[in-house]
Amino acid sequence: MAEAGGTQTAIELAGVSKHYAGKAVVRGVDLSVRRGERMVLIGHNGAGKTTLMKLMLGLTHPSRGSVRVLDADPATAAAAQRRAIGYLPESVAFHGAMKGREVLAFYARLKGVPVRECAGILERVGLEQAAGRRVSTYSKGMRQRLGLAQAMLGQPRLLFLDEPTSGLDPTLRRQFYDLIDSLSLSGTTSLTSSHSLNEVEGRADRIAIMKNGVIVACGTLSALMRQAGLPIMVRLRIADGHTARVAEQLAPLGELRRVNDHGVELSCLGTTKMILFRRISELGEAVEDMDVMPPRLDDIYNHYMENAQPQ
Amino acid sequence: MRAIAILAANEFLDGLRNRWVAAAIVLLGATALALLLVGSAPAGATRASALDVSVVSLTSLSVYLLPLIALLLAFDALVGEFERGTMLLLLTYPVARWQVVAGKFCGHMLILFTAVLVGYGGAALGTVLFAGQGVLGWQAYLTMMGSSLLLGAVFVALGYLVSVLVRERSTAAGAAIVLWLIFVVLYDLGLLGLLLADHEQRIGQGLFSILMLFSPSDTYRLLNLTAFEAVSQAAGLAGVAARAGFGIPLLLGLMFLWVLAPLGATMAIFHRREL
Repeated sequence: MAEAGGTQTAIELAGVSKHYAGKAVVRGVDLSVRRGERMVLIGHNGAGKTTLMKLMLGLTHPSRGSVRVLDADPATAAAAQRRAIGYLPESVAFHGAMKGREVLAFYARLKGVPVRECAGILERVGLEQAAGRRVSTYSKGMRQRLGLAQAMLGQPRLLFLDEPTSGLDPTLRRQFYDLIDSLSLSGTTSLTSSHSLNEVEGRADRIAIMKNGVIVACGTLSALMRQAGLPIMVRLRIADGHTARVAEQLAPLGELRRVNDHGVELSCLGTTKMILFRRISELGEAVEDMDVMPPRLDDIYNHYMENAQPQ
Repeated sequence: MRAIAILAANEFLDGLRNRWVAAAIVLLGATALALLLVGSAPAGATRASALDVSVVSLTSLSVYLLPLIALLLAFDALVGEFERGTMLLLLTYPVARWQVVAGKFCGHMLILFTAVLVGYGGAALGTVLFAGQGVLGWQAYLTMMGSSLLLGAVFVALGYLVSVLVRERSTAAGAAIVLWLIFVVLYDLGLLGLLLADHEQRIGQGLFSILMLFSPSDTYRLLNLTAFEAVSQAAGLAGVAARAGFGIPLLLGLMFLWVLAPLGATMAIFHRREL
């Protein structure tokens, strides 16, 4: 477990608030990320995700609370500390007149990484063909890859990725997350922000949902699902003449709706799900077919966006 | 130190890539060459050599050109990176903010140095070698090159101050032009107007000379036109120089102050800036 100094913790935020010109952008955020963990920040535009990252990168100072990153205050972190961190800003920009290879070499020198390592990284992000071209000719996807390449320089222990896949097509998006996953396999802690839960399904160890500068929920995806308490939808096709009996039997277990003579829809909570299934199987031949629809990720997201009260 | 060198090299390479260095060399070289060749004509009857005479004309020209080149290089330096979004990334690297300013400054000064050395130096060398001019007055010419560089440094630093204070590139460009107009044109015009309006000579020579020290371009002029006797004579400024009585150390010190003060202010403001 955590030793003195918290060496098992990569990021520790305690009661962090940030005001810009009197307006609170981040309010009372507590967040702890373990080493090697893939943490994802989900939230709407202006929820404070980018500000939170800037605080963790030491680009701006908290108005209240404390920020610890890799056991140091990021605002005063030593150079060695910064070398261990990779950052991909939202819609990353580079000097257009430079070639891809030159851009990466420049950042490598600044980070004290041997320039000969750049070729391998460019290959890893799939830019080896375009390395000799000016960045101004790059597509959005290629710029993002170059952005990830610079974040990967020097095998960082901690990666900050601010909406890394916004504006990428689904194939590129998947490749991008595959790359990030391969990094986390080698022990890199990552903090990724995104708009969409769908995108990060299976890509996150834990998810923190932000709304108006507050983290309204934080946990694994299944914990968030449970916590949201959204109903599961069960649709049954019922044999001729049994509809009334089936409806009567199942009505106490959830909210029941008759679709037509042969169909019944029932929404029930996760906790009564198994009781419902047993009851259905007891009904025997009367139930001809069954579809189970768990709450969609978008529904979960919307639930937290609409219902969550600021802490 | 390493970070400053990397940033300076990047800035210089950038100047090579976008032809800034080439353009500045051509501009300075062509004007210097023209003035050197023309300069041999009026030198005939006086005791001044062609190089001495051309120091006078080149000084008058540099006072306009170098601040302009320097400001054009510098106004974009910080605000441009903020606007493009490259500054955010840069500052997450192991680089301190003052090092960003220092690195850019070194890179831009390297560009100016190359332009002055190749442009002015090349033109003088060409004149001496091929036009059969004497090398008399080379000390004054070298002083002119060095002080021109110093004048450039002043305006690079002033350009950074503009660049860190405004929020948009276009504002910075406008402010840079205004700065140039004030320090290079309007201040002198104002002084001239004051002198003309002052029929009863209530403003003494002393006060007038001191007023000149508040403008880096006038300080530069005084430095060049009074440093060497031969140049003073060519400029017809011998009298002024004698009466102004500012020593070279004072003038040089003032120029350095004009570099360091805005540069320091830029670093301080940038350091406190929230991103």
